[in-house]
Amino acid sequence: MALLAPKGDIGVQEKNLILISLGLMLLVVIPVILLTLWFAWRYRASNTNATYAPRWSHSTVIEVVVWSIPCVIVLTLAVLIWRTTHTLDPYRPIESQTKPVRVDVVALNWKWLFIYPDYGVASVNQLAIPVDTPVEFNLTAESLMNSFFIPQLGSQVYAMPAMQTKLHLIANEPGVYAGRSAAFSGPGFSDMHFETLAKSRADFDAWIAQAKASPTMLSRAAYERLAQPGEKTPVTLYSNVAPGLFDGVVGKYMRDVHGNPICGTVPSASAPALTLNRSAILAAE
Amino acid sequence: MFGKLTLDAVPWHEPIIMGTGAVVALGGLALLAAITLAGKWGYLWREWITSVDHKRIGVMYIILAVVMLLRGFADAIMMRVQQALAYGDAAGYLPPHHYDQIFTAHGVIMIFFVATPLILGLMNVVVPLQIGARDVAYPFVNSLSFWLSVVGAVLVMVSMFVGDFAATGWVAYPPLSELGYSPTVGMDYYIWSLQLSGLGTTLSGINFIVTILRMRAPGMDMMKMPVFVWTAFITNILIVAVFPVLTGTLALLTMDRYFDMHFFTNELGGNAMMYINLIWVWGHPEVYILILPAFGAYSEIIATFSGKPLFGYKSMVYATSSIGILSFFVWLHHFFTMGSGANVNAFFGIMTTVISIPTGVKLFNWLFTMYRGRIRYHSATLWTIGFMVTFAVGGMTGVLLAVPGADFVLHNSLFLVAHFHNVIIGGVVFGCLAGVSFWFPKVFGFTLNEFWGKVSFWCWLIGYWLAFTPLYILGFEGMTRRMNHYEVAEWHPWLVVALVGALFVGMGILAFIVQIVVSLRDREANRDVTGDPWDGRSLEWSTSSPAPFYNFAVLPEITSMEQHWDNKEAGRAYVQPRKYEDIHMPRNTGAGFIIAAFSLLFGFAIVWHMWVFAAVGLAGMIVTFIVRSYDQDVDYWVPAAEVERIENARFRQLGIKRFEQPEQIEEMA
Repeated sequence: MALLAPKGDIGVQEKNLILISLGLMLLVVIPVILLTLWFAWRYRASNTNATYAPRWSHSTVIEVVVWSIPCVIVLTLAVLIWRTTHTLDPYRPIESQTKPVRVDVVALNWKWLFIYPDYGVASVNQLAIPVDTPVEFNLTAESLMNSFFIPQLGSQVYAMPAMQTKLHLIANEPGVYAGRSAAFSGPGFSDMHFETLAKSRADFDAWIAQAKASPTMLSRAAYERLAQPGEKTPVTLYSNVAPGLFDGVVGKYMRDVHGNPICGTVPSASAPALTLNRSAILAAE
Repeated sequence: MFGKLTLDAVPWHEPIIMGTGAVVALGGLALLAAITLAGKWGYLWREWITSVDHKRIGVMYIILAVVMLLRGFADAIMMRVQQALAYGDAAGYLPPHHYDQIFTAHGVIMIFFVATPLILGLMNVVVPLQIGARDVAYPFVNSLSFWLSVVGAVLVMVSMFVGDFAATGWVAYPPLSELGYSPTVGMDYYIWSLQLSGLGTTLSGINFIVTILRMRAPGMDMMKMPVFVWTAFITNILIVAVFPVLTGTLALLTMDRYFDMHFFTNELGGNAMMYINLIWVWGHPEVYILILPAFGAYSEIIATFSGKPLFGYKSMVYATSSIGILSFFVWLHHFFTMGSGANVNAFFGIMTTVISIPTGVKLFNWLFTMYRGRIRYHSATLWTIGFMVTFAVGGMTGVLLAVPGADFVLHNSLFLVAHFHNVIIGGVVFGCLAGVSFWFPKVFGFTLNEFWGKVSFWCWLIGYWLAFTPLYILGFEGMTRRMNHYEVAEWHPWLVVALVGALFVGMGILAFIVQIVVSLRDREANRDVTGDPWDGRSLEWSTSSPAPFYNFAVLPEITSMEQHWDNKEAGRAYVQPRKYEDIHMPRNTGAGFIIAAFSLLFGFAIVWHMWVFAAVGLAGMIVTFIVRSYDQDVDYWVPAAEVERIENARFRQLGIKRFEQPEQIEEMA
């Protein structure tokens, strides 16, 4: 099972957290279930040997115990939650001797674009990362909200239009791990998955070199074409990425006081209705 | 004139929809013909459609819920079949556009038009009877609330045949639900059906708060109210607190869609995260709105069938109230993965686990109610025990999802889907079905067939576990929700098991319907002549079955928490009063139905941008309401002689003659 066979440190911590929390709760849940079944059997009407206390409805001792047990469990869980929520915060950089690899992720309809700002390359629907190296993801979306999720590596985080979120993951074993969008985003959602290739450093460098040798380049115009809705888009590598592309996607709705774009690409044609409306408003002004 | 509506709005080329449409149309025609042939239109209009009797309105709510359950369940089966087929290269039989509408409609219908009417129906039937009142505080508003709910349901049903429904998921996150990405009328059907039924729910909430606060029988202070009334009270406070938030949120979305505003789109500084926060500020308390009255029903049932008072009444009251308060501090757990800081996530995670404390206490209290009891295995008892076992697991998985570090991998997965079905089926649905079998005789005067009730229970229980255990596992396999097809072959066997489970649930629903039919057939054999078929404890069992339209001939004086039980113990339960008085009752009115009919015109017209019709509908609603407000003839008096005649018949049925009554004997002595 993907979540019980994690391939990276974040995933391992999350698996352990799940098992510890479940274990803690089962300490109460199993006795409650067994007691329910036992009482139900023991005090069945036909068993006249069992004690019948038709007026008994209060016991301070039992009340104290039944309030205390969940309180103790929740107190323990609260400490666990406070600690792990901070250590597993997706925004928190992973401590490592190795310099992290940065990947800018853009959720498109319905494909994933991965931009490697340190290498000037990009890919669609294929994510290559070196093992034992922290990966720093910056996420945004062209138009619809999605959730970037590689189950075997751990946490997911939403990719939202005009906003940037962060996620830090690491793979500790080479392999191919399925990644997908976890948040429904319309008709092409089910095919919005990608392969994560966790490679040795040498293989990763070879992949980067392969991308650099690709004849396809990710200019702004190429990005606009890519941003058109499409399903089952084949894996594509791009050798050159227009500078500031990712920031442009994040900031494309930012306006100066005159309503002019202050950064980014031209408004996407993927939402013609909205584009028209805004032009109309600007024209009215 | 007809806005966007053309003949092309009907999906002529979709055989599944057209087939369903034909069946619905034929079934509807047959029903109308049958009513006409039997000459029952006058009866239906006088006794049901215009009725303000809380018991009849409750029954109509439950009928609405059962009808919509069939539709919602049909959606569920279609989804399960699709996922059982569409793996690897197979596309299944439902294209995404259709499939996406189905899972959206399934969620909307099950929450708003099955669970909510079930809960409102039970509260309608039970609350006035349990507090010794003759009706709710605002009987006309109650009728209006019900018919507005019906209009919401009708709009959702119409969307299937005229136009389409939202394909966004049941909480309709923008920007997907905005005009740019959902340009069809589907989203507008969603908005207006929820707005109209939501208005009804809000009015119900106000109605029940006032009823519970102001109409309790003399002597019944708050800490003598039955636990079901307490849970209903907290639920209605939650309704009044959060349904306006839903109304407001949907109104903002409406302005985005109808007036080019940008509350939730990025243009001009809008932000979808505002919607997501607002919808869950409503959405999380909503699940407690549904579950609390179910908790109340279990409390009544387990105490009755254990032959003991509920263990820890005060604990129960405090637990219910604290759940009500805490439910406002947990909404963010629906989106831990949206990038909030660790402090914020940890706060909402911890608050969520804190809710499990009062909930856990409730489980223990039911447990100790059974302890040293004499448990009778009525089907309501089975539902309750099935609930306790099932809900313990559902609560646990809920707490697991409340741990942000775990939620980061479990969120949006089938584990989440399994969790909320675990608590909603295992909690709300079991509770309502238990409540229906428990209180049915109080409304209809005969008990339900036990054999089919038990068959229904076992099918539901087995079906639930077969259908949703695989989804828990698939969550761990990394399968996310709302997938139309998938490439991972290992997921397939589990989804086939889930389909089998869903079929078991289907048999459970079928058995429930058979149970109703068989019980109707055998009603004479199963008459409840005493009014107290289960040896009950609270007030509703002190009056006859079916309860007379005025509920209580003489308003009871409350001296203890379990008035009817204590009356029985003291031998004063079935003493006929020497004298009756005139009873003040509300008059039936068609105003609620007429306002709702206008609101249907308004809703349908505004969905299709038919502005003239929309204006007519809105004006009709307002004018009818004003006319009703000036109507002075809204009540009448039942003469004491008439009350005496009805009550004499009841006491004859009980086999108690006036002169045999203890106090009269004393007098004679």
